[in-house]
Parts: sequence; C-alpha cells; structure tokens
Amino acid sequence: MSAAPVLAVDAVGHTFPSGTTALTGVSLAIADGEFVALLGPSGCGKTTLLSLLAGLAAPTAGSIAWWGEPLPPPGRPFGYVFQAPTLMPWARVAANVRLPLELRGSDRATAQRAALAALARVGLAEFADAWPRELSGGMRMRASIARALVASPLLLLLDEPFAALDEFARNRLDDELSHWWRDAGFTAVFVTHSIQEAVFLATRVVVMAARPGRVIADLAIDAPFPRGPAWRASPAFATLCADISRRVAAAAERAA
Amino acid sequence: MTPRLAWRLLPPLAVAALLVAAWQAWVTLAAVPAYIVPSPRLVAHTLVADRALLAASLGITLGVALQALAVALVVGVLVAIAFAQSRWIEASFYPYAVLLQVTPIVAIAPLVIIWVKDTHVALVLCAAVVALFPVIANTTLGLRSVDPGLRDLFRLNRATRWQTLTRLAIPSALPYFFGGLRVATGLALIGAVVAEFVAGTGGQGAGLAYQILMAGIQLNVPRLFAALVLIAAAGVVLFSCASLLAWLALRHWHESELPPR
Ligand SMILES: Nc1ncnc2c1ncn2[C@@H]1O[C@H](COP(=O)(O)OP(=O)(O)OP(=O)(O)O)[C@@H](O)[C@H]1O
Ligand SMILES: [Mg+2]
Repeated sequence: MSAAPVLAVDAVGHTFPSGTTALTGVSLAIADGEFVALLGPSGCGKTTLLSLLAGLAAPTAGSIAWWGEPLPPPGRPFGYVFQAPTLMPWARVAANVRLPLELRGSDRATAQRAALAALARVGLAEFADAWPRELSGGMRMRASIARALVASPLLLLLDEPFAALDEFARNRLDDELSHWWRDAGFTAVFVTHSIQEAVFLATRVVVMAARPGRVIADLAIDAPFPRGPAWRASPAFATLCADISRRVAAAAERAA
Repeated sequence: MTPRLAWRLLPPLAVAALLVAAWQAWVTLAAVPAYIVPSPRLVAHTLVADRALLAASLGITLGVALQALAVALVVGVLVAIAFAQSRWIEASFYPYAVLLQVTPIVAIAPLVIIWVKDTHVALVLCAAVVALFPVIANTTLGLRSVDPGLRDLFRLNRATRWQTLTRLAIPSALPYFFGGLRVATGLALIGAVVAEFVAGTGGQGAGLAYQILMAGIQLNVPRLFAALVLIAAAGVVLFSCASLLAWLALRHWHESELPPR
C-alpha cells in the first residue's frame, strides 16, 4: 500500500443549501487497515460526513483526499451500507447483491457466484431468490451489507448498519463484521450511536458533537484482535466504555 | 379461476345484472317506446341480428384505437425519457405537450384529415394525440421518482447513464407508466370514436361511430344502443388488459399489486 492515508480529511465543513451547517472544521486522517468508529448523538452530522467520504457530495469547506488523490479513484470500489437497507424492490435478493459487480461490468455468472458467497457470509444463503419485501428489517439490512461486501471494497463505509436490530443479533453481526474486517483487510468507517459497539469493533473511536457537527475526541482502542464475546465481557472493555461515556458527557457540558 | 379473481369479478357483474334488470323493468313498466329507449332484450337481439355489420365496425374502431395506443406508448415513453434526461428539455417542451392535451381533438381532427391523405392514418394520428399526454406525464413523473438512496448507490458504483436509465429509472417508473397506460387505453378508444365522427368514413372503413351516426339519422335506436354497448365493452376489455399487464409486471414487488396480507 502507498504511504498516503486512505482518507485525509482536512478542515472539512458542510453547509446545506437550506442554511443548516452540518459540519465544521473536521480533520481526520485514516490509515490503511484502520477500523474507525464515528460516535455521536443524532443529528451531529455523521451521515453527512460519511456521504462526503464516499464522494457523493463535495464539502462546502476544506478538502478530502482519497489515497492522496483529490477525487475518489474509480478503480478502488467503496462499499457503502446506508442507514436504511435501500434495496431495489423489483429485484430478487441475489440480483440486488450482484448489482455493484454488474455495474462494474462483471458477467452475470461471476457476479452471481460472488453474490451467493456474500449472502452466505451474512447468513442469508437460502434467501437468494426471495424478494426484498419477504425479508424482515434485519434481514434486509444484512442483504445490504452483503451488497457492500460483494465487490471486495478497499474502503467500507457503514451508517448505523445494526441500529434496527435486537441486541443479540447486533452482537453476533458485530462479531462477524470484526472477522470479515480481519480476513479481508479493508479499511472501515463505522457510524454508530452505541459506545459499546464502537469500543467492541474499532481500532479508533472518533467522537463527534452536534450543532455544529465537529470532532471532540479521537481515541485509540488498543485491545488485541481477534475480539469476541470475551472482549465484550472483560473489565478493560467496561473501563473504556465508561471513560468514553464520561468524555462525551463532559464535552456535551462544555458545549452547553 | 382463483377465489381472488372471483372476488374481483363478481361484485361488478352483480351491479351490471342489477342495472340491466332495473332498465328492463323501467322500460316494460313505463311502456317506453323502443325508438326512445329500447329494452335490454331488444338491444341484445339487435346485437345478434346485426352482428356481421357491427363486428366489422368494431374491428375497424378497435384497430384504430390499438394502433393509436401503440403510437402513443412509443412516442410518450421516448418523450418522457428525453424529459427525464434534462430539466431544460422538460421545461422547454412540456408546455407543448400540455398544449396538445388541452386542444380539443374535434377542433384539430378536420385539419389532420385534410392534411393526411390516408384516412385510416389520420384517424390513428388523432386518437394517438388524445392518448399521448397521460403516457408522457406519468412516465416522466415515474422516471423522476427514483429513491435517492438507490441513486447514490448507482453513483457510488459509477453506473453509466444508460445503466442508471435501464436498471434504475425505468423499473422505478413502471408503476407510474402503468397508471398512464390505463388512462391511455380509454382515451385511445374515445379518440378513435371522435375522429371517426369527424371523418364520417362510411362503406368499407365504417367504424362504430359511423354506425351510431347512421342509426341516429335512421332513428334505428336499438342499433345505436347496440353500438354503444360494444364501445363500452371494448373499453372495459382494453382497460382490463392494461390492468392485467400491470399485474404481471408489478405483482412481485409493487404495493399496488400485492395480495392483501
Ligand atoms: N439534505 C439535507 N438538507 C438540509 N439539512 C440536512 C440535510 N441532511 C441533513 N441535514 C441536517 O444536517 C444535520 C446532520 O444530519 P445527519 O443526517 O448527518 O445527522 P446524523 O448524525 O447522521 O444523525 P442520525 O444519527 O440521526 O442519523 C442535521 O441537523 C440535519 O438537519
Ligand atoms: Mg445518520
């Protein structure tokens, strides 16, 4: 890998045409292979930042570089898991998962093989031929994760992918995501409301505050991998969570 | 026949039976003369007796309506795709689509019939103009009603304009298109009948409108009613075909065609 960070966010601000300033002065450098959790209250600009990182919109202030380039390079696919499942209702689950590959010119048979493998990874192998409406909310979210993983992205952006799931399903998927990340070696930016989820998954937690959205803390989580249920049950985990929660509360007080 | 289909068909058929019974009762009890309102029995009798004449005319009118519908669908969808490509194209040309819609066909039909030598082609053109607008309006709306999240997904994966059109915009537009199609089938038939009235084509090319015109002049009211019944029935059948197509295309995914839970 080149020396340039995967993402270099420099003094980025974003103001919508409506006048709402969603972000101000956000600077971040994300290195290859990091797992960054973006943690913050609702409305602090997490989704906005993620869409800027994906190149879906241009920041109104500051700049972003991808692998040292001013534009997202076409050859390096992103995976993006939206906050809502965003499946095409007119296509079966497998066809939805195939989409990124087919748009990039893969032939159908190759794409189908990769889609079935990705669906198997998220535990939806037997739903490949189902229609999206036949899945539960959590299953739809998993299909959308399979779609993000299918093109073996170098950078995976996830917007609260498990927020709608029950705690057991969420913990299980967190365990699996952690394994996929270690196996595939992609760089991940994971948006979440949950301190526990952030501490469980991430090598680094970036805490944001609202109005205007900005970064208030940037902490390394040094616990070794693989992480599993034992990590979640350890005293170190509880200490870290309590520490972050204290900092978030303090920052909120300072802001108020 | 599935029980669901039976449930869809039985209520309207029951209403039809009731209406026909009431009509028959009224004509009989009030002794309405047949040259004012013929009884359903007499209309049915006329349908059978004049079947050769009426069937030929029905074939002509249906032919015009179906060809007009085909023209309206092809032109309407192409225009809508052009509109969806750019707001400028839409802003520049949409007013003319509206103009075409609000101009009464009876007013322009004589001109078209003068300009176009072949009467059949002139009729098809007039009816197509009538049926065109709902196809353009609905399909344009549909092509623009794409889920913004899916649009982002396509952009993220560097979809070409063509891929975005065929794999995203067109499927999203289908429910709207079928709404337009249902309206257009009826309008194509109305357009065909109105254009025939204006053209007044008799002889070999006589459609149902001509039969109504002639029956009116000859005070052959039962035949007039029979022709009306045929037009109405043709309209219902065309509409049902459009609904069937919509169901076939949307039954797996769109709310409008899903079975009740
Ligand atoms: N398209 C938009 N137009 C105008 N304002 C917007 C738009 N999208 C978001 N905002 C505003 O920007 C701010 C940040 O929104 P954003 O969706 O990024 O928050 P978030 O951190 O993802 O919240 P949540 O956790 O609830 O998803 C909010 O105040 C919101 O009102
Ligand atoms: Mg959000």
